[in-house]
Amino acid sequence: MVSLLILAAAAGAVVILLVVRLWAVLRPQHVVSRESLTLLIVAGSGGHTTEILRLVGSLSRAYSPRHYVIADSDVMSAKKIESLEHARTERDSAPEYCLHRIPRSREVRQSWFSSVFTTLHSMWFSFPLVYHIKPDLVLCNGPGTCVPICVSALFLGILGIKKVIIVYVESICRVETLSLSGKILLHLSDYFIVQWPALKEKYPKSVYLGRIV
Amino acid sequence: MKSAFVTVGTTSFDDLIESVVTNDSLRILKSLGYNRLVLQIGRGTVVPESFSSDSFTLDVYRYKDSLKEDLQQADLVISHAGAGSCLESLEKGKPLVVVVNEKLMNNHQFELAKQLHKEGHLFYCTCSTLPGLLQSMDLSTLKCYPPGQPEKFSAFLDKVVGLQK
Repeated sequence: MVSLLILAAAAGAVVILLVVRLWAVLRPQHVVSRESLTLLIVAGSGGHTTEILRLVGSLSRAYSPRHYVIADSDVMSAKKIESLEHARTERDSAPEYCLHRIPRSREVRQSWFSSVFTTLHSMWFSFPLVYHIKPDLVLCNGPGTCVPICVSALFLGILGIKKVIIVYVESICRVETLSLSGKILLHLSDYFIVQWPALKEKYPKSVYLGRIV
Repeated sequence: MKSAFVTVGTTSFDDLIESVVTNDSLRILKSLGYNRLVLQIGRGTVVPESFSSDSFTLDVYRYKDSLKEDLQQADLVISHAGAGSCLESLEKGKPLVVVVNEKLMNNHQFELAKQLHKEGHLFYCTCSTLPGLLQSMDLSTLKCYPPGQPEKFSAFLDKVVGLQK
């Protein structure tokens, strides 16, 4: 009985500590001036990849090295990334990017319930990857594949290893409602960018820059 | 010599492919002056047979590394509502008909089609209303689509990550 109480108290203390750390990580940080930063990009397949690569294409050389994370079932994204980076290489000098694959968190039309398990499975791969890369910035735009990556990045901050800036750009498809990934990451990201004014109105916390893709 | 291009991106959209190759749809396309129909079917399980006759050609394929050429040659694009497919077509200045997939979760793609239609850049429909739309639409009423501005994103990001000098 007593040992159960001690266990419960210990679990409670851990939860409180995690919540406090999460709050510390999520509150606005002051801007640190820098020359370059390591970027981790989640290319979520299909149109998500197309959109995110347009954004990455607009970034300067300072965003280097670039680590792309794609779902292991995604062939098209790898080709699009290589195409973009190849074009970049001609403009800049040596290519500074690499491709990483993780299991997909959730397939299209997969049930919500089983998605919890597949997302946990993706976490098993995401955390070691994010820990190894230790990016300065994570850039993503959905779908589910990016959630374990962002949660892993948050954990780096919670554990005091590194504060990672998380930037989520909601797809241009989202005019009036947020995606599921968007709803989750609205509260976990540092900057949540929307592309239509109706969303900015609904979610004042978001950043609206107009149509950026 | 007009050509119509149907694209479903990386998805599977059997209903669209099926509706576009019905005798009815092909008849309508021919009556509108189209003598070539190219189908990019992605992951779909419905695979119509390509054919070529004196009056009409049907080409079918799953993927290409880039759809630029097919988009360039098309006089009309019939697309699923995916952002990539829509934007690529609009940016090439092609008349665009978006077919919304009613079987997708929450049908989120419909929001984009609706908004761009509101702004006058495309027409949209469902698989069942596609033949009717093809017959009645006036492509000359479509407005030019101004491209997005990713430079606004890079300027914003440079500022918040501390890269701006």
